[in-house]
Amino acid sequence: MSFFSKSNDSGIVLTSRIRFARNIDGMPFPQVLSDSASKKVIDDVYSALLNSSFSEAKNLKLINLKDMDRLNMMAMVERHVISRDIIENFQRAAIILDNDEKISIMLNEEDHIRLQVMYKGLMLKEAFEDANKIDDAIEENITYAFDAKFGYLTSCPTNVGTGMRASVMLHLPALTFTKNINNILNTVSQVGMTIRGLYGEGSNALGNIYQVSNQVALGFSEEEIINSLIAVINKIVDQEEKAREIMAQKRSIALEDDVYRSLGLLKFARSLDTNECLPLISQVRLGDEMGIIKEVDIKKLNELITLIQPATLQLLDKRELEPKDRDVVRARMVREYLK
Amino acid sequence: MLCQKCNQREANVHITKIINGVKTELHLCDECARESNEANISIPITFGMPMSFQNILEGFMEMMGGIPHQLIEEISCPMCHMTFENFKQTGRFGCGNCYSAFNDNILPLMKRIHGNIQHTGKVPKRSGGILKVKRDIEKLKNELKMAVANEEYEKAARLRDEIKHLEERLNNKQDKE
Ligand SMILES: [Zn+2]
Ligand SMILES: [Zn+2]
Repeated sequence: MSFFSKSNDSGIVLTSRIRFARNIDGMPFPQVLSDSASKKVIDDVYSALLNSSFSEAKNLKLINLKDMDRLNMMAMVERHVISRDIIENFQRAAIILDNDEKISIMLNEEDHIRLQVMYKGLMLKEAFEDANKIDDAIEENITYAFDAKFGYLTSCPTNVGTGMRASVMLHLPALTFTKNINNILNTVSQVGMTIRGLYGEGSNALGNIYQVSNQVALGFSEEEIINSLIAVINKIVDQEEKAREIMAQKRSIALEDDVYRSLGLLKFARSLDTNECLPLISQVRLGDEMGIIKEVDIKKLNELITLIQPATLQLLDKRELEPKDRDVVRARMVREYLK
Repeated sequence: MLCQKCNQREANVHITKIINGVKTELHLCDECARESNEANISIPITFGMPMSFQNILEGFMEMMGGIPHQLIEEISCPMCHMTFENFKQTGRFGCGNCYSAFNDNILPLMKRIHGNIQHTGKVPKRSGGILKVKRDIEKLKNELKMAVANEEYEKAARLRDEIKHLEERLNNKQDKE
């Protein structure tokens, strides 16, 4: 028997996200849209929602990105509320948000509408149901660009069809350490999904955090895509748990030493950059989930992943900082957080 | 067919130009085509595109190259005026109408990206009403076949009623629109 809890609350799955790409019929896509037409998109979608049957619409607020400062925008990217790409079009773009940022609707990103619902844990079906409801509500007052053959028409041909991207964020330290992650990469791509490291460049997944999402959007229904993604995720979680079990059986002093050294660095370092910090958090998190250490709250470790990101960090410190100074503030913040 | 330029040799290069939805055709022999700018089919390799997409596009261009003597130039969308050349460079469409304007030329690309070219997912109520009803009828007809095969006659009768009902609705809808 393993001494860590089962997939849903094991902490292996961090978040689930559903994103719909939609465009308004008869209107050029955002990249080639005039200022006034861009503004009309924003006004039309927001009022469509407010005048719809969606009962929670009154809790949604509209923010024009040009009214936001850059640091706040970047911090939103770090919280996965908006994409990096929308910032490039910030003068014509807006977001509609609910209070806890579970719902975020980007307007004039690559498509007129990018509707996102995000949940903690493996909650793809719940996220899909919410997104579907909001999508229907917008459509009460707006005609979408749609084609019987190609489905929902999007700016990029990779999104056409359902316009849906379902993605799950995973923490896979054991699969990474045991070098099994490459097998997973190959298998996942064979079933129309992609997996990539969330932080870091190229194939190097900093902090062992990965994002798995559907690559194919045309020719399958939303339910089919979600069901196969869930099947893939369950398989990966299973593999990660098996890899951890093997690590646990060995009960090697090396693993325990790694975990405690990482905790020691997080608790006592005086300067930490993001690249050093993320793997340390991952190691401590693994130690925590495997019962090697008990003194750190997993929820705090999850929050730290976002808090140590550059823009979020500067917002918390209420000032803009040079990278070197950031590292000092980061170390101090992590220290205080883990006290 | 004779070459439209020299009027001597057999035309085996066919150039289709579609500008703002107006189609013009030019038929040339190999020699005249080589001299002509019309047949300039150098394909720009574009940078700054997502890697996977660029790979797909390159593969797509190879496929296009494999179509003998069928050159496509200057196709543009009558709605947003984006040219097909422009799409190839950016990998982004200008508007929803680009899909039908470039239809024949993007089908291989779509097949390569998605493996399929027929949407089977959600249909918006507003612009998809008729399509949705048609698809529902198709689904019920399949169920009916199953019911008959399994000798579930009560179920089959109910399904027949439902299909009839939907077909009436479809006729009403089509009359209205
Ligand atoms: Zn000739
Ligand atoms: Zn167009």
